[in-house]
Amino acid sequence: MPSHGDHGANAETSSAAAQSDVMISFDNVDKSWGENHVLKKLNFHVKPAEKVSIIGPSGSGKTTILRILMTLENPDEGVVTVDGDELWNVERGRRIRRETKQMKLTRRKIGMVFQQFNLFPHLSALQNVMEAPVRVLGMSKDEAHERAKELLDMVGLGEHLNHKPPKLSGGQQQRVAIARAMAMRPKVMLFDEVTSALDPELVGDVLDVIRDLATSTDMTMLLVTHEMRFAEEISDRVVMFDNGVAVEQGPPHKIFKDPDNDRTRQFLRAVLEH
Amino acid sequence: MTVDWSWHAVAEAFPLLLRGLVVTLEITVLAALLSYVLGLVFAVIRMSRIPVLSQLTFLFIEAVRSTPLLVQVFMFYYVLQSQTGILLSAFLSGVIVIGVHYACYTSEVYRAGIEAVPKGQWEAATALNLPRGRVWTSVILPQAVPRVLPALGNYTIAMFKETPLLLGIGVLEMLNRAKEYGAETFRVLEAYTLAGVFFLVISYIASVMVRRLESRVGTL
Ligand SMILES: Nc1ncnc2c1ncn2[C@@H]1O[C@H](COP(=O)(O)OP(=O)(O)OP(=O)(O)O)[C@@H](O)[C@H]1O
Ligand SMILES: [Mg+2]
Repeated sequence: MPSHGDHGANAETSSAAAQSDVMISFDNVDKSWGENHVLKKLNFHVKPAEKVSIIGPSGSGKTTILRILMTLENPDEGVVTVDGDELWNVERGRRIRRETKQMKLTRRKIGMVFQQFNLFPHLSALQNVMEAPVRVLGMSKDEAHERAKELLDMVGLGEHLNHKPPKLSGGQQQRVAIARAMAMRPKVMLFDEVTSALDPELVGDVLDVIRDLATSTDMTMLLVTHEMRFAEEISDRVVMFDNGVAVEQGPPHKIFKDPDNDRTRQFLRAVLEH
Repeated sequence: MTVDWSWHAVAEAFPLLLRGLVVTLEITVLAALLSYVLGLVFAVIRMSRIPVLSQLTFLFIEAVRSTPLLVQVFMFYYVLQSQTGILLSAFLSGVIVIGVHYACYTSEVYRAGIEAVPKGQWEAATALNLPRGRVWTSVILPQAVPRVLPALGNYTIAMFKETPLLLGIGVLEMLNRAKEYGAETFRVLEAYTLAGVFFLVISYIASVMVRRLESRVGTL
């Protein structure tokens, strides 16, 4: 197992694993809720710096994949690794070990942006972004402050540093949330339908920020999205999920223009109609 | 029937009761502080599902809530003392018993307040890798506590009104002073009426303040 750097998740340090060809791997991952078999022996791999969009109908397990990566949900079975380090290794019927030291270290490499933003409402934009670098990475307040300012500038909120989330629009909140996740310098960023709670006129600004990140960083990005045009534009690969299996995947032009699978065709017809 | 009311007796009893009121307020404030802190500790222990400790806390809370406060006062002051020889003043015993008793109620208030914090807050904190303790102090409690303040206020008023129970172990709080004055002068009407008026005025003002607070922070 490769050794960790000080802060493990630092995107600028390169570990042996980062040179390898897999950043995220799901091997035989199974997940059910009662009778609802959400992920069926999922095998899914993402390369370093790859930008992958996940599409598929509601209930197909897209969010579940991201939540397992963020350790907000556990698989019933299977192995999940990130950057060569094990995040989950679950054998059916065995006790599931949560919050292990290994898991916490590995988790530092991952950031997530949620559909509902989930900003801390009692803290200013600046404090939202500073909190984790100070508390988790042990960064000095001054340094964290500087970096938070830079990040908020980058997402176009340089004017709103001291505003609390309730005073910001949904689009602004989501951009603060992106800055907050970026402050931990994750190697992997997860976006779960980050624009679907927004008024249509606010979607563009958020997508612009994500597009910037996609083109200007070598972060590995996993996006669950219903914005098909955006997915086509920024993804290296699109994966279509249905009923707990990846029914089809490939480069965006292939999936969107000439899909092989009937379910993909049906799904795209349905979502592109409106 | 004519009421034999003496303003002279009222004037005489007034300073005596005022001294009792000071004791009553001291007990209320100290017991309230204890119940705020301990209630929070109980709530966090129960909600973090620490094995054994969580269950023990739950049992303790249930036991306390299912028995009368006066029984607990006697148990703590007389029985504990006679069995263990630990000698605490009646005043201190009263503070502890009322504080612990009400902590079992405030813990429920905190629990409701903590549960009202959206799940997404915990998830965002996990995604940022914030350590458990930090999640509580930086994320959850700052959102939960303001919303429980009105309920804590109401329990504080309840504690204030329970202090006369400590007459049972001889604490010289306000009711005890009224009783004392009544016994000496046979003017029980004035003494108890005055005590009642003190309770009424203070409770009423306090509950108006709590209602103001409620409209500012919203209720659970
Ligand atoms: N905590 C849970 N308890 C029970 N069932 C759940 C839970 N979380 C998800 N599910 C179920 O698992 C299935 C997959 O959910 P998931 O959120 O991954 O779907 P999704 O592809 O993200 O859908 P959507 O496009 O609607 O967001 C759904 O049927 C959902 O109802
Ligand atoms: Mg989803």
